[in-house]
Amino acid sequence: MLTVSLQHALPGFGLDVQFEAPPGVTVLFGRSGTGKTTVIQAVAGLLRPDQGRVALEGEVLCDTRRGQWLPPHKRRMGYVFQEGRLFPHLTVRQNLLFGQWFAPRDAKRESLERVVDLLGIGPLLQRRPGRLSGGEKQRVAIGRALLAAPRMILADEPLSALDEARKAEILPYFEKLRDEIGIPMLYVSHSAAEVARLATTVVVLQDGRVQRQGTAAEVLGDPAVMPAGVRAAGALLQARVARHHSDGLTELDAGGVPLFLPQVAKAPGSMVRVRISAHEVILSRRRPEGLSALNILPATVENVRTGGGPGAMVSLTTPAGRVLARVTRRSAQALGLEPGAECHAVVKTVSIAPEDIGSGK
Amino acid sequence: MSIETAWLGPEEWQAVMLSLRVSIWATLAALPLAVFVAYALARWQFPGKQVVNSLVHLPLILPPVVTGYLLLMVFGTKGPVGGALQQIGIVFAFRWTGAALAAAIMAFPLMVRAIRLSVEAVDPKLEQAAATLGASRLMCFATITLPMILPGLIAGAVLGFAKAMGEFGATITFVSSIPGQTQTLPSAIYTFLQVPGGETAALRLTLVSIAIALTALLLSELLARRAADRAGGR
Repeated sequence: MLTVSLQHALPGFGLDVQFEAPPGVTVLFGRSGTGKTTVIQAVAGLLRPDQGRVALEGEVLCDTRRGQWLPPHKRRMGYVFQEGRLFPHLTVRQNLLFGQWFAPRDAKRESLERVVDLLGIGPLLQRRPGRLSGGEKQRVAIGRALLAAPRMILADEPLSALDEARKAEILPYFEKLRDEIGIPMLYVSHSAAEVARLATTVVVLQDGRVQRQGTAAEVLGDPAVMPAGVRAAGALLQARVARHHSDGLTELDAGGVPLFLPQVAKAPGSMVRVRISAHEVILSRRRPEGLSALNILPATVENVRTGGGPGAMVSLTTPAGRVLARVTRRSAQALGLEPGAECHAVVKTVSIAPEDIGSGK
Repeated sequence: MSIETAWLGPEEWQAVMLSLRVSIWATLAALPLAVFVAYALARWQFPGKQVVNSLVHLPLILPPVVTGYLLLMVFGTKGPVGGALQQIGIVFAFRWTGAALAAAIMAFPLMVRAIRLSVEAVDPKLEQAAATLGASRLMCFATITLPMILPGLIAGAVLGFAKAMGEFGATITFVSSIPGQTQTLPSAIYTFLQVPGGETAALRLTLVSIAIALTALLLSELLARRAADRAGGR
């Protein structure tokens, strides 16, 4: 458990946050310029906060009131930077092993073979970073952090410098870190898709304050919290792979309701998390017939939020979990969507993108 | 007897060897301090930074004779530092060690400038990354910064060596030009030119000077290129 309490003056605003990061992946979620990087740097010891206290598993890393300060090299936090920051004069292998020189002898450490295998970087070992692609660099950076026998991984928007294809390539490695290595992680992101895929806990930052903290499903399903903007809103469903169909579809069991997805490379019985974008959901008061969409969830309107614009955000309870639907205010009125109203949420199978489907609970 | 000793007179040979000894010692002794000062000037903020910077550069802009005279006042046997050092058996005045001291002080600003530029070119973010991996400040320096500034360090060392080889004004003021003791290459050339018939000896030493300078330059190019290839990540 990591406990963080920080106050720090930044240009334009003051940072004032308190949160706890339980085991698993805690995502600091918020727009750019909300102080996320400042928080993670203070946890790593790369920045001295004006005031605050940071403790990991009861050990104080920083306490300004008592004048306690543990320098970064003694904190054993595996930091994955946005731009990799590999050492250009060392080979990939030397980069990977760099932290092992300094790790305490009795530290629980991963073997080079396992990490190389996990990240698929075997063919790169003898190369220097100048000859690696962006995605390869980031994989090596993850491995380097992991091999320093860290007590925790800190990742500061590790995908933001990569293009979409590379993001999709790297994200599964963070899932592996969470599911196979089981190391606690603090992960900074402004992407709802990354939160949906990785987070066990989400801490939403806005203007230097913690706006909301909760599980990924709770926070992403909360229409009041939209740090990535209303267009990126979407709820998170957890479901079990039921079976694969011969026409390329995967059927999930989401709370007793079948959910059809484009093929998911997971064995039947394994758990997946699926993000349903709010603007991809169609609502209908009667159960639609003769419709091409495969997923029709019976739902009850929980509440309807409207702003100044033409849109309305409808949150629904379904057997699969909470679903958000973004419709127009006009439709919400015409359909009589009020709290308690029964309706059906329609989701096209092909509207669920591969990056919205992740492993784990 | 080798060809060189046959070609050069004993006095000339002495001057060449003395100059090499003085310059090598001056460079080696000044280098660690130059790296430290260059790193401090490039990376740290501290009160009096401008004063340190000016002091380091002073020998570059002062007339060398003035520097030599200041050295004589401070490190001479009657000077405050020289007198104290004499008690423990270290004498600079009119010894080859004094010539090395003068050469080191004259070469120092050039070395600091070259090394400082290469320290500034190293991204401090890499040092941060090393720190998160468990490397203390000293280990960060030894494993990240030092290998990456190696090309600049070599360039600075060669520049310093060349300056030390050519140093004349401060040396002759501080330690005079005693054959076999303090008569370096430049002062030997100067002395030969003062006596009738000394031109050929002066010319021979001039050729030796050029040869040493060119060799040093080529060697440094070679080393620096190798180091740069490594530091550039290829």
